[in-house]
Amino acid sequence: MIKTISLLIVDDEESVRDSLLNWFVEDGYQVACAENAKMALSMLENSHYDIVLADIKMPGMDGLEMLKRIKTINKETIVIIMTAFATVDTAVQALKDGAFDYVTKPFDPDDLSHLIRNASKQISLAAENETLRNKVSSLEHVEDLIGSSQAMQSVLKEVERVAPSNASVIITGESGTGKELIARAIHANSPRRFFPMVSVHCGALSESLLESELFGHEKGAFTGAVYNRKGRFEMADSGTIFLDEIATISTKMQIELLRVLESKSFMRVGGNKLITSDFRVICASNRDLKKMVEHGSFREDLYYRLNVVNITIPPLRERIEDIPALVDYFIKKYCISMSRSVLPIEAAAMKRLQEFDFPGNVRELENMIERAIVVGNGKEIRVKDLPLGKEITTSHVESLDEQEKRHIQLILNKYAWNISRAAKALQVDRVTLYNKIRKFGLKQDGKA
Amino acid sequence: MSLHKITLVSLGYFDRKMLEQVAKAVQLQYGVEVSLREEHVDINKYFDAGRKQYNGNLLLRDIDQHYASDAHKTIGLLSVDLFIPILTYIFGQAYLNGRAGIASFYRLSNERYGLESDKELLTNRFSKEVIHELGHSYRLIHCLTHRCVMQSSTYVEDIDQKLPSLCHDCKKTLGLA
Repeated sequence: MIKTISLLIVDDEESVRDSLLNWFVEDGYQVACAENAKMALSMLENSHYDIVLADIKMPGMDGLEMLKRIKTINKETIVIIMTAFATVDTAVQALKDGAFDYVTKPFDPDDLSHLIRNASKQISLAAENETLRNKVSSLEHVEDLIGSSQAMQSVLKEVERVAPSNASVIITGESGTGKELIARAIHANSPRRFFPMVSVHCGALSESLLESELFGHEKGAFTGAVYNRKGRFEMADSGTIFLDEIATISTKMQIELLRVLESKSFMRVGGNKLITSDFRVICASNRDLKKMVEHGSFREDLYYRLNVVNITIPPLRERIEDIPALVDYFIKKYCISMSRSVLPIEAAAMKRLQEFDFPGNVRELENMIERAIVVGNGKEIRVKDLPLGKEITTSHVESLDEQEKRHIQLILNKYAWNISRAAKALQVDRVTLYNKIRKFGLKQDGKA
Repeated sequence: MSLHKITLVSLGYFDRKMLEQVAKAVQLQYGVEVSLREEHVDINKYFDAGRKQYNGNLLLRDIDQHYASDAHKTIGLLSVDLFIPILTYIFGQAYLNGRAGIASFYRLSNERYGLESDKELLTNRFSKEVIHELGHSYRLIHCLTHRCVMQSSTYVEDIDQKLPSLCHDCKKTLGLA
């Protein structure tokens, strides 16, 4: 028995009210009585009652009408309808209108106890459910999203604005700025938050694998398809699908994706049944999709379909005022996970961090702090614990092509442009080396 | 803290021995003086012809008005089938933290359920019911402790599961522990 549960008894017969009052008071409930619906509604507007036990036949307003009005005041209130004459029609109507149960007077003492016990259980479960929901959404809301800078605050405002809608979102920002976290924040604050958010890292999958991942496959669709498998679009039903590195998908996949976004239906690879799924799409890219559209490497129609809302996350170097809060957050996070007491950071180290360019953005800062805690003296984080050395002079991240070009130039110079020797050293054939020289426009007097 | 004295008022015919045994069990539990009073009144006015039962609310009200006093807790003992408007039957009832209560052994006898008569069992059940209603009049609410006499009982089998005594917590509430 939950002693704090409150009951409101509504019946025009005094003897019924008194009997029930006496019965429930002995059970330890908080009980109040009303002799008609009008009085009950006024009491419900001024105080909270968990359970209302109401007679169906009352002068003025009957129990069914009162039930509807109670639900407009507080739809969580449990209403049990009592009647002297049970008819199927009224019972069905009461249940349709949201009554918890329907009982015929007089009832067995045991039935009454069971009824109230079940209603109490329902109240406890609803309260527990609410607590858990709040816990889940608040956790999602704050997790790792740190930043009081104006730039970050406007991003968070945009998140708040766009979250309740179903609009597709493209999140752009340099690598490591926290695009997936923003996607999670949008999902966590949307009405879809109690359904899954399914992430797909498009860049990590080949075209055929991505197709199977997104749409699923039927048993025997290809070698290795031993079982039927649900795709990510299917898994994201009622929730959100997050497509990371959207810029890397092939032209064929772009067409497929556009078709799915338009129809919200698709077939599994090797299947012939049309599957529908209600999902919201959030994409992320560290490349400028608009430029890709201009160059023809990304479909314009898909771009406009995805780009209903665009959120750009500023790089860390443009919001250095967030660095101290982020540093504190990461120190706490890693010290707690390593079961250590939270370490202070020396002022000089913090200053150096604020001067650093962070080409890898927040992710780089996080890794740096984790490393400093591991390799440091365990008392405080010092400048020398931070790998800030030569990286501090540059914010430029060299691409693979640039590195390859520089390395080939270096080897060619080393062997005085003897193509055979250079090719041997690079472990490629001469034709390949010539092709690379042409591709990169390398010249004999070039600098590595 | 000393509790109020108890008066058990029998309405109608009762086996004297049974009444004395009930009084003894009550006295043992609450440790206060228990007096027995026999009243020979016509209870037909409480009879509801439609339900063929006696109205427990009216009986309780009249016991409180005519027999109870502020110095005593008074329980009316009956042998008839009791009801209250909302329930099909009751074994008894009392005003919570009030002066009066009622209890009936009508539904406590084995014969009522097609079983062989057992006077000792009937006396035990009736004693528990009277102790239970007195508990309410001493402000105790239903208790969840297994076998405590203040557990709610809706069937005789439930009464048989209980002991004729208060649990430690209930005793503590009344200052008896």
